[in-house]
Amino acid sequence: MVERFEIRLSGSGGQGLVLAGVILAEAAAIHDNMYAVQSQSYGPEARGGASKSEVIIGSEPISYPKATSPDLLLALNQESFNKYAPSVQAGGLIVVDSEYVVDNLKGNYRLIGLPMSELARTQLGREMVVNILCLGVIQELTGAVSREALERAVMHRVPRGTENINMKAFALGIETARKYKQEQPNG
Amino acid sequence: MKIKEVRFVSGNEACALGAIAAGCTFFGGYPISPSSEIAEFLSELLPANDGRFIQMEDEISAMGSVIGASLAGARAMTATSGPGFSLKQENIGFACMAEVPCVIVNVMRGGPSTGAPTSPAQADILQSRWGTHGDHPIIVTCPTTVQEIFVEIIRAFNLAERFRNPVVYLLDEINGHMREKIEIPEPAELELIRRPAPPQAENWSFPYRRNAEGVPLMPDFGTGSRCHVTGLDHGETGFPTGNAEIRQALHHALMAKIDRNAAAIYKNDAFMLEDAETLIIAFGSTARSARRAVELMRKDGRKVGLFRPITLYPIPEADILKAAEGKRKIVVPEMNLGQYVLEIRRILGRDIPIVQVNRTDGEPITPDQIMAAV
Repeated sequence: MVERFEIRLSGSGGQGLVLAGVILAEAAAIHDNMYAVQSQSYGPEARGGASKSEVIIGSEPISYPKATSPDLLLALNQESFNKYAPSVQAGGLIVVDSEYVVDNLKGNYRLIGLPMSELARTQLGREMVVNILCLGVIQELTGAVSREALERAVMHRVPRGTENINMKAFALGIETARKYKQEQPNG
Repeated sequence: MKIKEVRFVSGNEACALGAIAAGCTFFGGYPISPSSEIAEFLSELLPANDGRFIQMEDEISAMGSVIGASLAGARAMTATSGPGFSLKQENIGFACMAEVPCVIVNVMRGGPSTGAPTSPAQADILQSRWGTHGDHPIIVTCPTTVQEIFVEIIRAFNLAERFRNPVVYLLDEINGHMREKIEIPEPAELELIRRPAPPQAENWSFPYRRNAEGVPLMPDFGTGSRCHVTGLDHGETGFPTGNAEIRQALHHALMAKIDRNAAAIYKNDAFMLEDAETLIIAFGSTARSARRAVELMRKDGRKVGLFRPITLYPIPEADILKAAEGKRKIVVPEMNLGQYVLEIRRILGRDIPIVQVNRTDGEPITPDQIMAAV
């Protein structure tokens, strides 16, 4: 594990990005025994508006709790991609929802587009679980947090009665990212 | 230390959990962002732990309810943010004068006035010290991490009780809303200090007669002694007086209670101080940016250190002087336009260059900004 790994999850309010960040950080801090800090900012609206959740994970105590140049950016809409892509670490990774982020700026980063919202909608019947699906994708692509740790944190944090569909979403995220990796010529 | 539980929580939740661990039995408040979660969590935790939670009609009455509960023996607190803190000032003054133990949490946001509801600031530093009128004693503490928020609110309650004085506990939007892992110790591991008891359980007539630390030996209301409290100058019986000698003695006693016991109230932290040529003095969540700046500059061989006061008032003058000894430059970052730096300048004088790093746009001061100033 690196000393400091910065993750920024961004999209619109209501997509569950704050919860996703909390789950990711809790998995790292409680179940993977690493250091982790989660913070967020969002507009006054409960739905819509810009939403941002940040997680710093590391092998050492985290001093500055905010992401300055993320190693990983998740962007679930065009606005957040445009706003945050330029700050991504050189050689960093950007995962976008290919349905909502259509206009991709070139930059010094690896860009992966996956139809995550569409998959949640069509295969699980609820676009609402896209946040947990994204966690599966992030786990498979980065290994920043272990699969077991994330599963335990998902079970602990999602509302009661939604454990099943959220675990399915998580598994679908992992499967989607795995398939993507296999389809790439260079792995 | 035996750990009861490990949790991943926000600073505001840690504050509520710490208050319960500190034996808090009363919260009176009025919700205001970014402090609202403290009230929200305590509205569940207090009734479940034999305590009382009440949401009052406004911040002024909320502070009044805290004073009343404390006089009746409760370990009492409130939580608010900038505009609410302003409204509470009159009753905070009463609590200072009548020597009512209580903890006032202020999760700082921008100002003046309504300012910026959910973005961070540290602009209430001087108000925490001098917000209410008249010479008055106050204790102000300011934690940095989520674990420290849990630990330090316990200390805040203990200080309030031991010295029968309001303690202002300063968080900000960053460490109030940020989540980290905390370890909650077994209750038996925690030392909880209770306010000094009067020499006799009943019929004690001198609520403002003082113990060796200068703290009044006041009975709790309803325990069998007559007890009069007032915001007017008063003598040992608690009744108002126009006697010049008694009035002067009271004002000195109020200030001496904190000043003479300051060594028991100070708490600081230092990082990479010994060989440092440049000293950063930072507190609250800004100390995290400062620590990051020190970490990064040390990797480049730059000799930089951090002094972090956890007790802001009474101000640890001797410790600041010692930390600054032999340093070539002092950097003071704070999320205001220069408040605690006024104290630093007063203490260190003009012989050493002091550089300010200030920001009030609702964004945190970054490690880069601090490094540029160093």
